[in-house]
Amino acid sequence: MKAFAELYARLDATTKTSQKVDALVDYFSTALPAEAAWAVYFLSGRRPRQAVPTRRLQTWAAELANIPDWLFEESRSVVGDLAESIALILPAPEKNLDWPLSEWVESVLLRLRDMTEEEQKAAVLAAWSVMDYRQAFVWNKLITGAFRVGVSQLLVTRALSRVSGVKAEVIVHRLMGDWQPSGEWFTQLIAVDASDADASRPYPFCLAHPLDVEPETLGDINNWQAEWKWDGIRSQLIRRTGQSYLWSRGEELVTERYPELKALGDQLPEGTVLDSEILPWKDGRVLPFGELQRRIGRKTIGKKLLDEVPVVLMAYDLIEWQGRDVREEPLVCRRTRLEELASAINAKNLVLSPLVHATSWSELAAQRAGSRDRNVEGLMLKRKDSAYRVGRVTGDWWKWKIGPLTLDAVLIYAQGGSGKRAGLFTDYTFGVWHEGKLVPIAKAYSGLTDVEIKQVDAFIRRNTLETFGPVRTVQPELVFELGFEGIQASSRHKSGVAVRFPRMLRWRTDKKADEADTLESVRKLLPGAAA
Amino acid sequence: MPTPLITQTDRGLYCAAGDFFIDPWRPVQRAVISHAHSDHARIGSDRYLCSSPGREILRSRLDGTATIDALPYGEVIEHNGVRISFHPAGHILGSSQIRLERHGEVWVITGDYKLDRDPTCAHFEMVRCHSLLTESTFGLPVYRWASTSEIFAEINSWWRANRDAGKASLLFGYALGKAQRLLSGLDPTIGPIYLHGSVERMTNEYRNAGIELPPTQHVSAGPTGTRWAGAIILAPPSAHNSPWSRRFSDAGTAMASGWMRVRGARRRRAIDRGFVLSDHVDWSGLHTVVKECGATQVWVTHGFVAPLVRRFQEMGLDAHGMTTAYEGEVDEPEGEA
Repeated sequence: MKAFAELYARLDATTKTSQKVDALVDYFSTALPAEAAWAVYFLSGRRPRQAVPTRRLQTWAAELANIPDWLFEESRSVVGDLAESIALILPAPEKNLDWPLSEWVESVLLRLRDMTEEEQKAAVLAAWSVMDYRQAFVWNKLITGAFRVGVSQLLVTRALSRVSGVKAEVIVHRLMGDWQPSGEWFTQLIAVDASDADASRPYPFCLAHPLDVEPETLGDINNWQAEWKWDGIRSQLIRRTGQSYLWSRGEELVTERYPELKALGDQLPEGTVLDSEILPWKDGRVLPFGELQRRIGRKTIGKKLLDEVPVVLMAYDLIEWQGRDVREEPLVCRRTRLEELASAINAKNLVLSPLVHATSWSELAAQRAGSRDRNVEGLMLKRKDSAYRVGRVTGDWWKWKIGPLTLDAVLIYAQGGSGKRAGLFTDYTFGVWHEGKLVPIAKAYSGLTDVEIKQVDAFIRRNTLETFGPVRTVQPELVFELGFEGIQASSRHKSGVAVRFPRMLRWRTDKKADEADTLESVRKLLPGAAA
Repeated sequence: MPTPLITQTDRGLYCAAGDFFIDPWRPVQRAVISHAHSDHARIGSDRYLCSSPGREILRSRLDGTATIDALPYGEVIEHNGVRISFHPAGHILGSSQIRLERHGEVWVITGDYKLDRDPTCAHFEMVRCHSLLTESTFGLPVYRWASTSEIFAEINSWWRANRDAGKASLLFGYALGKAQRLLSGLDPTIGPIYLHGSVERMTNEYRNAGIELPPTQHVSAGPTGTRWAGAIILAPPSAHNSPWSRRFSDAGTAMASGWMRVRGARRRRAIDRGFVLSDHVDWSGLHTVVKECGATQVWVTHGFVAPLVRRFQEMGLDAHGMTTAYEGEVDEPEGEA
């Protein structure tokens, strides 16, 4: 695993894309296929379920280092990362072995879950006793399921393409779907000629860039197809070899969680792939995303939930037809086929993404202004002659979202960040006024500049009222404008509302705490509330 | 409990019996100085006392007119009934632990110190005492240092790899002490060594004191144009991302500091590499010193005061924190370390 730990260190040491790709190329050129397979697995963000509760790891490590638990906690809060803290306090290894990554994963990591606590302890301690700091760090990240390094799957595929000479798009496609890392699998992944015949495999999603210029610059509106931008789960429904597969964009196979869509898949003709969105839908209207969240993550869905949150498939595109990859055909042709397919099937949970018609950009802008009432995020603009491309390609597809909802809230609690923000207070909870008190309304971590983060951090240190474990109650003074994408009533939140994707838009240094919003004014933003 | 020999005042550590201050923050009549770093040696006091090897460096850091008395390591001077002597702290050239003795009671104020070998200064001396007043900059178990030779092997191979890639190497370290220690470990056969102005001034002080260091040049004496490829440049951390550093546009960057032990601290600085090389004592070293100096009472100052005090108390020591303005906070580590 030394080579993999070294790769991690090199990736971690640079922010330059070219250097990261170089490091990956060096690694994949020399790694054994079985080892490389697991490297691809972890580097592309896949992870096995957590093998050992972190609490145990922390206890064992503190024992080995001969320090009490409180001192470990103290250290962890300074380091800001559990896996790293453990690696830093472990005694030097008795001997330093270099087992292949695949060996560690297959013979130890994957077996940990089924072991008793004592067996786990013995296995983990044995591993630590032969690993240097770098290996132990990466190993801890792997067994806590927290392995993350600053590379995208795009960079991994670029490197694999350079090593093998196989086109990056082909590798991206081979990486999709359900696969088990093994030497054989890796050999096929980078094979110049492999039969790409896995029936369940989805296509890479075509993604849109945010439109940050005036739409007029896109030219003649007649060259563009406009659709609503729905807020659900982007997905592909696949019908091949007599089976139906539903994939989410997170590359998770979710067929079993949406039985009504599996049934829909069974109605599709053989050799069909739909690009689509899973939406909670009732009485011809989309429900708030929060409703869909009640179904996300559940493996089995009870009848009650099926009744309360029925879903439909909003069909956007047809990318495989009669067993043929039709992604290169112009969008208008694919759309025509899609419309024909939809009317032939005539299923109530297949909804064709409606086109938004307008004869001018200003007319379209006026339609977009009504997005909030429709419960959509804005518009999608797609060139009528565009192919269905791999990933986020500039020029063909744009998302033209409506501005976020905003509110002014007061910083009330703060917690230390992790990783690059370790040792700084960067995780904030904000409150709005209700009956003379501040009630928590949202948590946000992003949106401030590094300079602002330092200033807020300094403020927090000087103005802490109380400390509960890692959380500090702060003198309510600082006001921030928060942006968020949606709001809905929630009985689980003290404030009675839940906001979606909150982030800090700016620090309102011009406002005092008592000028922040009230819960009442926030409730007015709820869908259906009188404006 | 009788009044301790050393107490904390708003001007710094004060020895009432002897009527003098140790490393005062504000001007006083008599200042006994552990070493010349600016947080320990401030201008404006009437009279200074330091170790002989530290005298010229101290003079260069204070204004030229300061009255500085010096005492060789191990020699004793008696002042108002308090016996004062300096003992090597191993931190930088001339750095001292200050030993005070009154009526047979011995205190040692460590100043900043390290136990690792460093050819640019005298090695830390273990001094027996009743009360130890120790720094705690790195007083957490995550801060443990690898051997110096291992770190220098890493630094030199980083320099060599940059050279082979046609790049310069820009290495940041505190101008007084850290930079000279770095110099002593660099392998001059790899390429030329250049110094930032502030590093050069301090390096000259070291050379004047007879410390042998590899040949160097001031950056302004460097090649015209931009042919820095293969060279290493030593500069203080404040030069990172400054107009000065722009001339080395494509250089690999690194920082040598104990803080580099933690990944987040390095990433926050946006440098390529962090070398864990510190001039402070690490977690294990703190325990070694506390055990071997024989102290029955331990006072902990600047750094991770609270956890270290608690740990020492758990180990059965009579440990206390000496209150400072920074107590219990992890400050953004910009200083010398």
